[in-house]
Amino acid sequence: MKISRHHTQGLAKGVIWVAAFSTLAVMFWILYQVLREGLPLLHPDFFIQAPRQMGRAGGIFSTIIGTIALTVVAIVIATPLGVGTAIFLQEYTRESGVSRVIRFGTDCLAGVPSIIFGLFGFVFFVIFLRMGWSILSGGLTLATMILPTIICTAEEAIKSVPYTYREVSFALGGTRWQTIRKMVLPNAFPGILTGVLLGVGRSVGETAAVILTAGSSFITPDSLFSPIRTMAVHFYILAREGISMEMAYATGAALILLILAINTVANWMMYRYAHKA
Amino acid sequence: MSKEKILEKSFLLIALSSISILALIAFFIFQQGIPLIWKVGLNSFLLGDRWFPSKESFGIFPMIVGSFWVTLGSLIVGVPLGVACAVFLCELIPPTIAMILRPMIQLLGAIPSVIYGFWGLIVLVPLIRNSLGGPGLSILAGSLVLGIMILPTIISISEDSLRALPRTYKEGALSLGATHWQTIWRVLLPAARSGIVASIILGMGRAIGETMAMIMILGNATQLPNSILSSARTLTTNIGIEMGYASGDHRQALFATGVVLFFIIMGLNSLALIISRKGRA
Repeated sequence: MKISRHHTQGLAKGVIWVAAFSTLAVMFWILYQVLREGLPLLHPDFFIQAPRQMGRAGGIFSTIIGTIALTVVAIVIATPLGVGTAIFLQEYTRESGVSRVIRFGTDCLAGVPSIIFGLFGFVFFVIFLRMGWSILSGGLTLATMILPTIICTAEEAIKSVPYTYREVSFALGGTRWQTIRKMVLPNAFPGILTGVLLGVGRSVGETAAVILTAGSSFITPDSLFSPIRTMAVHFYILAREGISMEMAYATGAALILLILAINTVANWMMYRYAHKA
Repeated sequence: MSKEKILEKSFLLIALSSISILALIAFFIFQQGIPLIWKVGLNSFLLGDRWFPSKESFGIFPMIVGSFWVTLGSLIVGVPLGVACAVFLCELIPPTIAMILRPMIQLLGAIPSVIYGFWGLIVLVPLIRNSLGGPGLSILAGSLVLGIMILPTIISISEDSLRALPRTYKEGALSLGATHWQTIWRVLLPAARSGIVASIILGMGRAIGETMAMIMILGNATQLPNSILSSARTLTTNIGIEMGYASGDHRQALFATGVVLFFIIMGLNSLALIISRKGRA
């Protein structure tokens, strides 16, 4: 007996529904597993106490400071470079040899694994530029890593500003730079900010590149040249070295909440942006 | 030179930053790694199966094999699921529901890799150890976790390429009497092939490049793996585990591992770019 094509269709669609639901189920499973054990441990003290006994006791205060410091350095460096590149690609050049080379470089950079960024940051920033394991080395390494994300989203944002806006500005006698500064950038701002937030998310969650360039000291840093430990690195060390499963769960839960918050804000902005236009 | 000209030149300079970073990365990693490959010999570095840094024995063949199996495994898990999810989002549910689900898929991509590794370690590893035997820390566990990790890449790029198809393809097929599924399977998926293939290659790049999650669940043995239940080490985890304490030739050997990884990734990226460009033409 040959199965009718309508039966095949029912079967195939059923399989796809199952696949889609298992994907979502696994995601919730991962989040649930960590949050169930970790959330009850998130006492306010956990956030404001320094880690003690290698992280067996105390809180995660210094790792929060480390995460913030590293992310701020990365964003401060990568945003102007990324937005500048996007402006050049969209406003100053049409499809040309130069723009093709730059796009190729950006695409390739986006695919480079984080451990390679870590190796690079280690020889270049830590050793060659003598910055040591520090906030600066780690932040600069992360900046190179999130640059492609920022370029890409900023380009999309700039591209979506209607061309008529520019024509109006030019017709009123505005120069190219005035047009960019007064017309293009303000209108592309929400999109650019979304890209920056995605970069923040990646910086917060990154481990491989950070551990090789910022070190893993959990002494609270006092300058840009202090080594630090981020929350993600702290979580990794707690879990992998089996120091304390309880603290690992708590740190993991804090990390997930942070990522959830960043992602929600980014999505909300993207949504508002899409519906304003 | 006018102010406008100066600005244009400075934007050009900024725009060259990404390509110069790529060049710097290549330069510094090669400068550290190539001398060791030269010293050991390319053949015995790539095909040697003994990695004993303390005895000056640097063969990364087991890591190449490890990376290969874990990546292949992740594709077996991730590709069918990912493409099915893309079809689900584009064709099977109303756009409003897809709009709610899409941020969730993005969240899957935003979860830090250490969280995936941790989940694999506390959920999958004991499960595999108890039901299938072996150490649990295995290629199987690694493949499953990586398969999930590459889903967002595969789903979003495949979905984009399905969405970019002209509506007439679907309308044409349906009006010829094809069922919805026949339209998807015989018309839409083949037409979006280049984008889907590009998404798979990019997912593969992500799988090969993943480090921390794999350190946590692969078990990190340096022997050649002999089944999907045996523990393994990949190119990335080799670097990640030993970089903390390596020095001298040993450190250079890790950079040399990075050189091999760099070439593999650049090859895959270029392939993805060529394929997706061909699709657009």
